[in-house]
Amino acid sequence: MQHRRQTISLLAKAAAITAILAAGLAGGLAGGLPAAAAETGPVRVGEINSYTGLPAFTIPYRQGWQLAVEEVNAKGGVLGGRKLEVISRDDAGKPDDAVRVAQELVTNEKVDLLAGTYFSHIGLAVADFAARNKVPFVAAEPLTDAITWAQGNRYTFRLRPSTYMQAAMLVEEAAKLPAKRWATVAPNYEYGQSAVAWFKQLLKEKRPDVEFVAEQWPAQGKLEAGPTVQALAAATPEAIFNVTFGADLAKLVREGETRGLFRNRKVVSLLTGEPDYLEPMKDEAPEGWIVTGYPWEQIDTPVHKAFVAAYAARFKDQPKQGSLVGYTTMKAIAAAIDKAGSTDREKVVDALSGLTLDSPVGPVTFRASDHQSTMGAFVGTTTVKDGRGTMKDWRYADGTAYLPSDEAARKLRPAE
Amino acid sequence: MSFLLVQALSGLATAATLFLVSSGLTIVFGVTRIVNFAHGSFYMVGAYAGWSLIERFGGTAAGFWGSVAAAAIAVGCLGAAMEIGLLRRLYRSPELFQLLGTFGVVLVVQDLAAWGWGSEDLLGRRAPGLKGSIDILGQSFPLYDLVLIGLGPLVLALLWALFNRTRWGTLVRAATQDREMASALGVDPARLFTGVLFLGGALAGLGGALQVPREAVTLQMDMAIVVEAFVVVVVGGMGSLTGAFLASLLIGQLQAFGILVFPQITLVLVFLFMAVVLVLRPHGLLGRAEEAPPTAPAAVTVPLAAGRNAGWWALALLAAMAALPLAVGDYALILLTETVILALFAASLHLLIGLGGLVSFGHAAWFGLGAYGAALLVRHLGAPMPLALAGAPLLAGAGALVAGWFCVRRSGLYFAMLTLAFAQIAWSVAFQWYAVTGGDNGILGVWPSPWAAGKAAYYWLTLALCGGALWLLRRAAFAPFGYALRAGRDSGLRAESVGIDVRRFQWMAFVLAGAAAGLAGGLYAFAKGSVFPTLLAVPLSVDALVMVLMGGIQTVAGPLAGAAAFHLLESEVMSLTDWWRLALGLVIVALVLLFPRGIVGFVAGLRGRA
Repeated sequence: MQHRRQTISLLAKAAAITAILAAGLAGGLAGGLPAAAAETGPVRVGEINSYTGLPAFTIPYRQGWQLAVEEVNAKGGVLGGRKLEVISRDDAGKPDDAVRVAQELVTNEKVDLLAGTYFSHIGLAVADFAARNKVPFVAAEPLTDAITWAQGNRYTFRLRPSTYMQAAMLVEEAAKLPAKRWATVAPNYEYGQSAVAWFKQLLKEKRPDVEFVAEQWPAQGKLEAGPTVQALAAATPEAIFNVTFGADLAKLVREGETRGLFRNRKVVSLLTGEPDYLEPMKDEAPEGWIVTGYPWEQIDTPVHKAFVAAYAARFKDQPKQGSLVGYTTMKAIAAAIDKAGSTDREKVVDALSGLTLDSPVGPVTFRASDHQSTMGAFVGTTTVKDGRGTMKDWRYADGTAYLPSDEAARKLRPAE
Repeated sequence: MSFLLVQALSGLATAATLFLVSSGLTIVFGVTRIVNFAHGSFYMVGAYAGWSLIERFGGTAAGFWGSVAAAAIAVGCLGAAMEIGLLRRLYRSPELFQLLGTFGVVLVVQDLAAWGWGSEDLLGRRAPGLKGSIDILGQSFPLYDLVLIGLGPLVLALLWALFNRTRWGTLVRAATQDREMASALGVDPARLFTGVLFLGGALAGLGGALQVPREAVTLQMDMAIVVEAFVVVVVGGMGSLTGAFLASLLIGQLQAFGILVFPQITLVLVFLFMAVVLVLRPHGLLGRAEEAPPTAPAAVTVPLAAGRNAGWWALALLAAMAALPLAVGDYALILLTETVILALFAASLHLLIGLGGLVSFGHAAWFGLGAYGAALLVRHLGAPMPLALAGAPLLAGAGALVAGWFCVRRSGLYFAMLTLAFAQIAWSVAFQWYAVTGGDNGILGVWPSPWAAGKAAYYWLTLALCGGALWLLRRAAFAPFGYALRAGRDSGLRAESVGIDVRRFQWMAFVLAGAAAGLAGGLYAFAKGSVFPTLLAVPLSVDALVMVLMGGIQTVAGPLAGAAAFHLLESEVMSLTDWWRLALGLVIVALVLLFPRGIVGFVAGLRGRA
């Protein structure tokens, strides 16, 4: 009896395991669509981003690309009548999940190209996957220089101005300041570190007389505001370069104002002018910081006004930086497919190299040399107006002016 | 001088928040023995509820402090509700099972908070009358922080009075010392526990609501605080309020001055500190030795069944799985490859938990070390895949050899937190050592050799290696080694007295589990083509625990079923909806309530009853 019992119990276990596996496989298989519709059906774009990990930034981004897709399809789609269809997935903020999702999109959903990602490391993981599987990938938001330079590959293109470009834009302004003693505060990971490294190097080139007297490296999301502010103040810098953002930035600003850190000091700050970071601070947004950002409500070119109006009409919301990036990403993809004249992956890659399109903020070109787009950023000064943070005295810094020459950029790409 | 004083004061303000949160955790743990992962969620909900109330009523001082108190009470009710609705049904399950339940709650709360308050960071009002700063020896210091500094000792005093001067407090202390005896004397433990969860939740909610004037309320607050609160609790000594207070003070100062001396290592400073404290003091600063090891649920432990035909069934399953590539597509194969790898990972953790009674919170360290071992060999030495795969368990095993020597000298939650400390140290090395590990941008281009590059080929390779490793782990479980390990788990004292060197066996098990997890990590690296510090991070350690517990810890097949269920569930639900955390959390809570002995335990139980 004992023997039979165990056999049956084991049988039950095996059945349970098989059932679970089968359920999973059924899900995995169900997505498999016949590729036969390839020539007439919609052009499929696989899109991956950290929707649950960073909803505050990725949801405006999603609305941006949704608007672009609707506009493209309203005008008859791509390739003379085929609809543009986006299959969007969450990567849970993990690079290994992103790679699995990318695989699912390519094999099951039969997407023609990939797009998206926010975090740098996830962007790099998907870029590596794209190169290995020879799928075009338009990285929308990751900022790391590595994605177009050190780890750059034939299949990966990046839209947003990189850490290097944004640091270079700010250095131009920082060099004009009389300040000689600088302190830096940046989150302790690649983005913060390379931003500080570029800022130091480029500023020293323009102003050999500056010195850096203190640096703080709070863990991302865990800034100890009081001690950090106090430590920065103790070094008596004349100016501060800030790279923190989001919740850390709000803490830093609040604590810094209370403790008088910013009194009589200039602050130069990366990305702080983006509404995504400036608006949550409401009337406590810092005054007089030199920043890169996106003063969406003040840009009055007809094309940008039309974008804002369409966005507001569609989502009852105001655009953020992410909205602009999402919108332009999908417009670039549509333009590339039309330029390629097919969804052939190699042809799409060739079309993306050197592709020029009109974005809401001006013409943007994906450079053939390093696959970086020339999309720029707005450089200006923060201010508080009607109880909310915004920018003043801004100008559009076109990315072309802040990128190394084509020859220099090619040398930065060892893989080619 | 004045600078150092103000820096110390800043540290005290940090300490106050830490103490409020960790005091709740330590009380809950002391009485109920529940490792409450949801404590950070309570803190976050407190902050969100506080934000809403303060936005509405916080214009006046009375409105502000009333809002803070109301938020704390609301979160306390949430804690009580969790006890009544979930934890109460689990007191007869293995103790760790409640941990799984609270983890489900974490996931659910994350999505509900995002749904209720939106995803944008919320910066709240400052406290009326406390907006400015005062001059302390020429340095400005925020008034509000001064209030917080005063609040810490005040709460400690109130708690002390509650526990030493009221009947309820006396009963709680009695239950903390000896739960069975207290209930034998007529104290209804269920009601006591509800009260304790209310108190713990309210303290976390208070800590959260008090943060509103200091920082933006975000959806990441829960995870940020819960690990730190555990560190405080363990450093102070579990169940000791004064210990938690002392530990908060020390950690607050450590962070305030640490950034002056080593601004670059803020990531690990507290974990290094915890590791040092635990190595020197087995029960934290003020903790007392446990009467019985906390993870010895001797009454419920069913001996592992060595099914006579298990081998045949395993072979049949293996054959069926080996035949699958003929029937399914590429993506399904990738999913299966990952599932098989995770099954080995979960089984290696099960060796520690199920056989050794050693609960590790840092098992991802060995998985990640294996992945990095393989990736580093490929990147720096250009090693071919087989060599890199051989290096994976070696590096992980070597790491486990060192860490294990320290860890097995501690038991229960102290052991768990020490493993977590080592995992965090390994993580920060991977995260910061750019020249070698590539930092957070990881190592790319770790692809399999051409002969194994096909999805099916790599799947078969994974199946063969993991199958072999699983067979070895199973052999170990039923060899004298496994019996010695189980003897040590069930009664360390008796095992010692019959001549078993329990620590040595536990150390060997730790190394074996580490090496097996390392092999899984190496295979995972080649399956993904890249490695990142996330492979060593806390969430993956938690995933591993969830897999083992979901499957059930009393059977060898449990972790395998758990890994399969968890991974397939997560990846399928994730591609269906943005609310996958809510769905996954609810499934976990339902599983915990329906199958309090895990999936396989449930199936086996059905058989037993029939």
